[in-house]
Amino acid sequence: MWRDAVLVCSKDLRIEARSRVGLNQVVPFAAAVLLLFGLALGPDRHALEPAASGLFWIAVLLTVVLAVQRSFAVESADSARDGLRLSGLDPAGIFLGKGAAIVVQLLVLEGLLTIGVALLYGAQLSGGLVLLAACLTASIGLAAVGVVYGAVSSGVRVKETLLPLLFLPVAAPVLLGATKAWNAALAGTPAHAGIWLSLLAIFAVLYVAVGIAAFGPLLEDS
Amino acid sequence: MALAVSLREAVALADRFPLLAGVTLDVGEGEIVHLSGPNGAGKSSLLRLCCGLLSLASGTGVVLGHDLAVDRREVRREVGYLGHASFLYEELTVEENLRFALRASGIHSTEAAQRASAAMARMGLAGRLPGTPIVKLSAGQRRRAAIAVVVGRQPRLWLLDEPHAGLDQDSRTLLDGIVTEARAGGATVVLSSHDLGSAGALADRVVHLAGGRVVPAPAEDLHEPLADTAVVAPDPTRAPEAVHVA
Amino acid sequence: MSRLDATGDPVLTERDDDVTSGAVAFGETAPAASPPPRAATHASRASVREDVDDATTTEAGPADGGAAPSAVSPKAMARGSAPRAARSDRVVRAVGTAALVGVAVTVWLGLWVTPNAVDFGNLVRLLYIHPPLAWVMFIAYGVATFSSLLYLWPRTRHARFDRLAGASAEVGVVFTGLTLVTGSVWGRPTWGVWWTWDPLLTTTALLFVLYLGYLALRKVPGDRETVARRSAIAGLIAFLDVPIVFVSVSWWRSLHQAPTVDVANGHLYVHGSMAWTLALGFVSFTLVYVWLMVHRYRLAVLRDREDDEGLDAALAERWAEGTR
Repeated sequence: MWRDAVLVCSKDLRIEARSRVGLNQVVPFAAAVLLLFGLALGPDRHALEPAASGLFWIAVLLTVVLAVQRSFAVESADSARDGLRLSGLDPAGIFLGKGAAIVVQLLVLEGLLTIGVALLYGAQLSGGLVLLAACLTASIGLAAVGVVYGAVSSGVRVKETLLPLLFLPVAAPVLLGATKAWNAALAGTPAHAGIWLSLLAIFAVLYVAVGIAAFGPLLEDS
Repeated sequence: MALAVSLREAVALADRFPLLAGVTLDVGEGEIVHLSGPNGAGKSSLLRLCCGLLSLASGTGVVLGHDLAVDRREVRREVGYLGHASFLYEELTVEENLRFALRASGIHSTEAAQRASAAMARMGLAGRLPGTPIVKLSAGQRRRAAIAVVVGRQPRLWLLDEPHAGLDQDSRTLLDGIVTEARAGGATVVLSSHDLGSAGALADRVVHLAGGRVVPAPAEDLHEPLADTAVVAPDPTRAPEAVHVA
Repeated sequence: MSRLDATGDPVLTERDDDVTSGAVAFGETAPAASPPPRAATHASRASVREDVDDATTTEAGPADGGAAPSAVSPKAMARGSAPRAARSDRVVRAVGTAALVGVAVTVWLGLWVTPNAVDFGNLVRLLYIHPPLAWVMFIAYGVATFSSLLYLWPRTRHARFDRLAGASAEVGVVFTGLTLVTGSVWGRPTWGVWWTWDPLLTTTALLFVLYLGYLALRKVPGDRETVARRSAIAGLIAFLDVPIVFVSVSWWRSLHQAPTVDVANGHLYVHGSMAWTLALGFVSFTLVYVWLMVHRYRLAVLRDREDDEGLDAALAERWAEGTR
């Protein structure tokens, strides 16, 4: 399983490095979302700054949907599941590999978005360790749920609309926890983030386990 | 003779539509079988069933000793399938694709590299081609790369869906040579094609499919109404007649 | 797993007795093992056609309050399933009537008979409906999740659990909607807002969306087993999320600074006629749930049967293709 995971992860990252879709399309999308939030909530920093964490994490959540769709789109487009099944790879390994590749991309994205949030919304960055921990655990949880639902929706024609519908509600606790953790860190009271970080960690562990168990049956659809 | 593939009244569905409506077929080890039939007859579906991609709705099927109803994952590891989709990653080069595919089927890294080079050489993918991303190759070159994957895996059962499609004459000859070599190495080959001529010469026997079932060979003269020569409800237990093309 | 049934025909991986037998009643198993409709034999095709004839004569319309026609085709009678079918239809009809009566009485009691509460005034009358609706919602989701589990577990894999899960999720979504509406209506006079981010209400709203997604997934085309398995897995994953959501929203509320709107601190003593009405409300709505489930389940069985019949026709057409 681990060997297959490493294989798939490196393959996905290599494809990303070649095609630069993440860099060229996904990051700009997230940046555009941040900008649009800024436009919607007004130029007054007093409205934006307190909301900075929440807006950041919503932008991340929306981006995960795109990242997952891209991850499955590279697998021979519409015969994604066939390709994965025929490859002989262990499904749990495929899950971990794709998830890990998405986590890497998410971390890069979050780094860039952090700068964006500091610039656009005037967020005062502090409590770096908490910010980092929240990003890590949240990304793992989001990637896990995303890859599972990505597999569920990859074989169907309505996948573009199905994936967000399935993914976003389930990801709600991550949004909540990560935003609260970031709020605590940005407000200078990182200790308050402890409970939220544990929530994120539990979510991540739970859904990684679910993914490992369920990915095999999910691929076996037809 | 040991059987590589053994199907009895196999039914496979897509939604409610029966792709295969009761196929009974035996393929012995080391045979080369040519699947022939009109469009929509179920040739691709039969190949997909045998490589474990399609599930059996009813009937029984045993491929390389594995029961299709139970063990499809094991079947997939041991067969080499060439389908319409190439299952190659567009952004990666031919060599990277080959190495990935071979390592994915469980072959160790160094051996995978060796087999990849050998397969590419065999398929005539030389010079700048191994280092070219798939997206930049022509359709025929992609096909050859896909075939190279099967060659590299050295499976016991080869399932080729219209392998000659999109290949020029040289490539076709190359492929025929490879198929013959595979059989010499003990593998079984099942390939489908509209073109009786090129594939027929290779094959030990021909299996005719129509309407999702195995049917007797159609009349030579297509203008003659079939009612005179074929039975209305084809008897699945009768072995299909072989047609040898001179 | 390839198994052979009594007549020696291979059966499907997933058992589906309800569809092949004449019994359409909720939860009943086939009285006799008949060959699965997908086996390509003349006998099975004939039996499927018989079943469809039975289905058209025993189908119950939802509009008539649970009444099912007692006429049963002679074929079903000959197979000995008639007495069981008729009995269960009577039970369902009784349930439906009881549910209707119960709800009517609850409404009457709630609106006219019970007194106002000290702090809540007339608003308390929602009490007789809102908690029962929420209760049924939880039951519905519990049933849906448990059925999904049973479907995925190899030993209990049976089409009926998938149908149960789908039916329960649909009914559950309806009750969730009602719960949200009644909760919101309660909130407006009490707290002055149409919506408050109360943990229960927020979790309920999320549950609503989660299961709408589940239902959307079930509608995606695919063959029966594929849809069943895919939905079951997705459903379980969504269900796992619910406690996490609830916990996180509770923390969110309690750890936040005091919210501008707070739950009204009125005391509510439920006693006497109020207690009876509340209890009646719970019972009646549970009966409504059961009745809705029976009919929704039957609908699912009939739909599957129709599909299978269509399959036999499609098989026949396919053979004809081959001999043209």
